Amino acid sequence: MIARTVRALPTLLRIGVAETVAYRAEFLVWILTMTLPLIMMGLWTRVAEVAPFQGYSPRDFVAYYLATLIIRQLTGNWVAWQMSEEVRSGAMAMRLLRPIHPFVAYAASHAAAIPFRSVIALPLAIVLLASSGASGLTSDPLQLALVVPSLALAWLSTFACLFAIGALAFFLTQTMAIANLYFALFSLFSGYLLPLPLLGPIAGIAAWLPFRFMLSAPVELLTRPQDHHHLAVLLGGQLAWTAILMTIALSVWRAGVRRFEAVGG
Amino acid sequence: MIRARELTKHFKVHRRPPGFAAAVRSLVHRKYEVVKAVDGVSFTIARGERVGFLGPNGAGKTTTLKVLSGLLHPTTGEVAVEDFTPSRRQAGFLGKITLVMGQKSQLIWDLPPSETYAMNRAVFDVPQAQFDATLGELTDLLELGPLLGKPTRQLSLGERMKCELAAALLHRPTTLFLDEPTIGLDVAMQVAIRDFVRSYNQRHEATVLLTSHYMDDVVALCPRIIVIDQGKLIHDGDLRQLIKTRDPDKRVSFTLTQAIGDGELAQLGALLARDGQRFTLRVAEREVPAVIGQLLGPLKAADLAIEDPPLEDILREMFGKHRPEAPA
Repeated sequence: MIARTVRALPTLLRIGVAETVAYRAEFLVWILTMTLPLIMMGLWTRVAEVAPFQGYSPRDFVAYYLATLIIRQLTGNWVAWQMSEEVRSGAMAMRLLRPIHPFVAYAASHAAAIPFRSVIALPLAIVLLASSGASGLTSDPLQLALVVPSLALAWLSTFACLFAIGALAFFLTQTMAIANLYFALFSLFSGYLLPLPLLGPIAGIAAWLPFRFMLSAPVELLTRPQDHHHLAVLLGGQLAWTAILMTIALSVWRAGVRRFEAVGG
Repeated sequence: MIRARELTKHFKVHRRPPGFAAAVRSLVHRKYEVVKAVDGVSFTIARGERVGFLGPNGAGKTTTLKVLSGLLHPTTGEVAVEDFTPSRRQAGFLGKITLVMGQKSQLIWDLPPSETYAMNRAVFDVPQAQFDATLGELTDLLELGPLLGKPTRQLSLGERMKCELAAALLHRPTTLFLDEPTIGLDVAMQVAIRDFVRSYNQRHEATVLLTSHYMDDVVALCPRIIVIDQGKLIHDGDLRQLIKTRDPDKRVSFTLTQAIGDGELAQLGALLARDGQRFTLRVAEREVPAVIGQLLGPLKAADLAIEDPPLEDILREMFGKHRPEAPA
């Protein structure tokens, strides 16, 4: 089964790319909906113009929000909405007839969209470097090297979380409300709206919730100097939450499939 | 080989009366009832058999097919298909079966069918040479050539159905579950699909379990039929035998060029239909030779046809008798 899945992956990725290109208008609009960090950047740089705000200068905010935008573009996905719709319409039935785990099939399809998001994200990275300069970004080679695995873990944990929410559709049929609740919590606790240290009394809670490891962790690696202890906390936290969220996602899926009613037809 | 023993599948269904007040009430208090979609059904189908699975709407046909193909877990009972337990959906099992649902598409909507075929080749791990050979064969038989590069959303229903069949058969399954495979198709396309399914069954010794509302599909393809109603099996056996047992009389249709009196007509058989000078009579089997003699002799009838009673009529009568009388 694993060997078959590995052999199928290149084709699944190729089909995923073809689908992404086919839905290009919707895809571009979806990318534009993820530009909230640009608005927040404008707001907070104005606030910090007079004096640094809790240690963040305007240049720090520019670097932070552009890094947030890039990481979000590369790790966000819509699998919960897709699964919910497929369960509700009964289209999930056709997916269940293929001898490949839907987690892998959905993951390949969404991973295939990443290069297209990079088309938007990479030019922004160049803007980031040019506008905020070296002071806004880390220059530590270890931190920069760890951004890649951190980004991969952020993608996988986000995907697993949204897959679990999507699989709840087997129990609830409609999971839009849960996905919206997730996004509200994510926006607050992941650092999407503002850097976690600025959350005040709830910053301590946010530090241990999964949302931090889905977005803030790679952003922190990119923008703030970290000692080795913090690096271990960030990567260790990401590994732990990825494992937990994948276990939850696959468990919800297994339990949900037993309840599938394959509606329609 | 397909085996179902005392198969049941129950669904919990939320019921509420129409109206705004009922909708609001259902927010806090919901009434559920258990619907027995399949209720103690048992049958065995040997490898290579073609079996029609019949019943009125809501009889449990599609639910049974979904259980057999592993999409639904049975509530109770045992099911085995190709020596696998379907609900475990092992790769070996999924590689041996296929489910074609006339009202559901497995083709990727915005891409040409060739992309779905490539994906199926990869996930079913079909060797490239076998894939090329099978696709070539299916392309010839179903005349898919011009359709392979056209986005699925731009295909007509008939074209899409042919592409669906090809997608479902590329991994050369040996058990075919066909749920209304000709729904919405014109007569020529229905015939083409029937011919194709029969040819596939013969060449690959594939087992076929077919549901269809078009009785012509069933009569043309299935020597054996299983009939269920309200989730219960009410007949399992030879199609011709069922017709003969339920209604042994023949339907004799003919056109007359001269007038005929009602009394003379009644002596030939019971009048079922008349359209101008075209008549259809119900005639007892043993009297058919005599009636034919009369029609071809003195009455000079033309366009003579002798047929079994339509399967639709027999089924209608079966479902009517099987159902309990509604309370007065």
